[in-house]
Amino acid sequence: MSQPKDPDWNQVSRRDAIKTLFTLAAAYTASGCSRDADKLTSFFHSHFKELSPDQLKSNLETWERRYKKRYETDIKVSSTPAKEGVLFGYALDVSRCIGCRRCVYACVKENNQSRDPQIHWITVLQMEKDKGIDLVDSTAYYDPEKVPEEGKFYFPVQCQQCENPPCVKTCPVNATWKEPDGIVVIDYDWCIGCRCCVTACPYGARHFNWTRPGLPREDINPDTEFLGNRPRPKGVVEKCTFCIQRSRKGRYPACVEICPVGARKFGNLLDPESEIRYILKNHRIFILKEELNTQPKFFYYFSI
Amino acid sequence: MKVWKTSLMIYGLAVLGAAVASNNGAPEDSARDSGSWDDQLVAVSPPPFSEGVFPCSDCHSPDDEVDRTPHVVDFHDTVHFEHDAENRWCLDCHDAQNRDMLHLADGRLLPFEESYKLCGQCHAQQLKQWKAGDHGRRTGSWSGRKQYLLCASCHDPHSPSFKPIEPLPAPIRQENIR
Amino acid sequence: MKKILNLLFKGSASYYIWVGFLLVCIIQGLLAYGAQFNHGLIVTHMRDSVSWGFYIGNFTFLVGVAASAVMLVIPAYIYNWKPIKEVVIFGELLAVAAITMCLFFVLVDMGRPDRLWHMIPVVGRLNFPSSLLDWDAFVLNAYLLVNATVVGHLLWKAYKGEAYNKKIVVPLVIFSIPLAVGIHTVTAFLYNGMASRPYWNSAILAPRFLASALCSGPAVLLILFQVLRKITAFEIKDDAIHKVAELMAYAMGFNLFLFGAEIFKEYYSNTQHLVHYEYLFFGLHGQPSPIAWYAWTSLAFSIVAFFLFLVPATRKNLYTMNIGAVLIYFSVYIEKGIALIIPGYTPDTLGQIYSYTPSMTELRVAAGIFGTGFLIFTLLVRIGIALLFGSPEKSGDLRTAGGTPLVEAEGSV
Repeated sequence: MSQPKDPDWNQVSRRDAIKTLFTLAAAYTASGCSRDADKLTSFFHSHFKELSPDQLKSNLETWERRYKKRYETDIKVSSTPAKEGVLFGYALDVSRCIGCRRCVYACVKENNQSRDPQIHWITVLQMEKDKGIDLVDSTAYYDPEKVPEEGKFYFPVQCQQCENPPCVKTCPVNATWKEPDGIVVIDYDWCIGCRCCVTACPYGARHFNWTRPGLPREDINPDTEFLGNRPRPKGVVEKCTFCIQRSRKGRYPACVEICPVGARKFGNLLDPESEIRYILKNHRIFILKEELNTQPKFFYYFSI
Repeated sequence: MKVWKTSLMIYGLAVLGAAVASNNGAPEDSARDSGSWDDQLVAVSPPPFSEGVFPCSDCHSPDDEVDRTPHVVDFHDTVHFEHDAENRWCLDCHDAQNRDMLHLADGRLLPFEESYKLCGQCHAQQLKQWKAGDHGRRTGSWSGRKQYLLCASCHDPHSPSFKPIEPLPAPIRQENIR
Repeated sequence: MKKILNLLFKGSASYYIWVGFLLVCIIQGLLAYGAQFNHGLIVTHMRDSVSWGFYIGNFTFLVGVAASAVMLVIPAYIYNWKPIKEVVIFGELLAVAAITMCLFFVLVDMGRPDRLWHMIPVVGRLNFPSSLLDWDAFVLNAYLLVNATVVGHLLWKAYKGEAYNKKIVVPLVIFSIPLAVGIHTVTAFLYNGMASRPYWNSAILAPRFLASALCSGPAVLLILFQVLRKITAFEIKDDAIHKVAELMAYAMGFNLFLFGAEIFKEYYSNTQHLVHYEYLFFGLHGQPSPIAWYAWTSLAFSIVAFFLFLVPATRKNLYTMNIGAVLIYFSVYIEKGIALIIPGYTPDTLGQIYSYTPSMTELRVAAGIFGTGFLIFTLLVRIGIALLFGSPEKSGDLRTAGGTPLVEAEGSV
């Protein structure tokens, strides 16, 4: 949604006028005190869906300037709209996953997660084969020399991109929503950090920036999306977006590409010829916590 | 290695076209094969030869006397053969006369970069799933051109089962995030 | 007005000590919050697995205290039961102070307090009506407004020496009754609606909230009334105190019944969801739970207090009744502050255990907020007592209040 079609941005012109006044005043004060004008401007940024195309463009530029200043490197912030006729789906072959966590770290690298304190969007759980899928007895902290271990299997969990997302329902300020292509996104400029969504998510997929993210300049992925992997500020929530900066441009998410056993599958659920539809047709799939009626677009299956 | 890669890139599409033609058996495949599958795939990796081992004809001449009784070959000591070893041996797949090629069960010769057809003789289900994008890893575009890997890129043909690997570090326990 | 200010700034040594103590609490709390503001919530012990903790626990407890003003308002105004009627204003003062603390606890829990304006209608963008936090913000502010208006009006009229306007006060007081139920119900729904957390996803959560609030709020007031009665001109009859205590006994009985119903359902059905109760009372995977001690204490206090309030002999004995009130206060404080929030998050939604206990920063900030609330309450009570109970001739009283105030309002627990 780089050009938000939400009609109500026209109706908020009075609000905008107020904000513009504030912004001008703030910018004036800032330049007078030779402080960071962009920082103050960002304070008055409107909600993403209320931005006119021009405002969005200026927001993106503001952030590029701020990142340049903070990280001393060029970071491209784009806002790619969802494609018509695309609904993203993901499938994970539990029987193939060996728990190597390559996906976890590929995700961190691609999506500019904080290295210190550590934020992982993917949690790989180790479970006992003789217990089956049993969260309470699983562990995310397994650390053997080699995986897979005898008698264990592995169960990666990340944002399930629910069709009926409880996190979106609970957000008090509309800072998170489901995009037309099914990706649940967060406006990091609007999130107030109340963590209702973290509590509401049944999959532990939402992560909070408890402090300013530790993201070394040399580790930054400069190809970023406004609603995706751009560096986050302190005090807001973040989550997996199916690598929106890649998937919206036709590419596979990073975790799909890195998986050494090919356990991760991705594609357009609306395209009957897609890989993902082939999986849904030819394997018996299941979803996690189906009783909660979250209707995930993240499907698990056992191929062998 | 580089030569291999380049040449593969060039005729990768042609090779796959041939693959499709010769594997058109299953009815549910035909629809997929005719359109979206073949013309969007690009081979990304050459057959994973050990350093300095290819071309095999550097050592094996077509005129060599060949003992066709299955036996242990001492020279290739890097090969640890664990692929139905009771019933199979080298020349079931490698061609005795043309060492730079493989051969199918019916004797037709096969270049290494088409080895998946050879694998598919026994592992038809996997081949079918691989072609559908179900089995194996792909990179590139979910909606367009993708890079595929040969069976042998992931499974050592002499010992195809996956070997345990070292996991990346466990997440830091939240008690220790300060 | 100058006289009122005099009243606030001049007092006995114990008044100075008390206010000084509160100011120390507030200042150290501000310092702790300053560090939190700079470094982020990482200075708390909340993490992704337990993403709400001590702050929101306190918030929930105080919503209960604020809501329980209704406990006194209902008999006073509906049944026109006079002995309570004159003390209702103190329930409402308590409500004002408690709601203020609630709002502070929410504020300090926010990751981006600078974006609080996003929650202001029209200027911000609300997710109304689907977000329960929006509802909560709405009812809390409405409740604060109503109570502040009533209290303000009563005090202002008393200051002027006029009778209060029944046409303003009575409708507002009656309106505050459903609002009081509302603030606690909506707060309960905030947890209750989280299907991801089976520990809270129980239909009797809101009734349990109300029942426990109807114990804890009056418990605060009972002690408070006796303190005020002893050290100020404030008057309340034993009759009124015993009546409140009797109502508390019913509330506590109901609270224990609801708790028992929950325990039965969880332990008899023995599903996976039992893990949260196991963590609360025992521990999981052979590891003892760091909060089990609190849970058992809370339960034991509740039961003992229930019998102290149920048996007329101990209820009417001020000594045993006060023990009961203190037990109830701590029981409900533990129940809301610790036993409600933490087990809901432990184990987390993926079955992982993070053993949360509050950090020093959280304790310090909480102390700061309690200091603020008590200070507001102390000052309001001091004014209230001077105006309402100072003497039949209030103006005369206030004139002398400049030098040595006739009333000493060290009012707080």
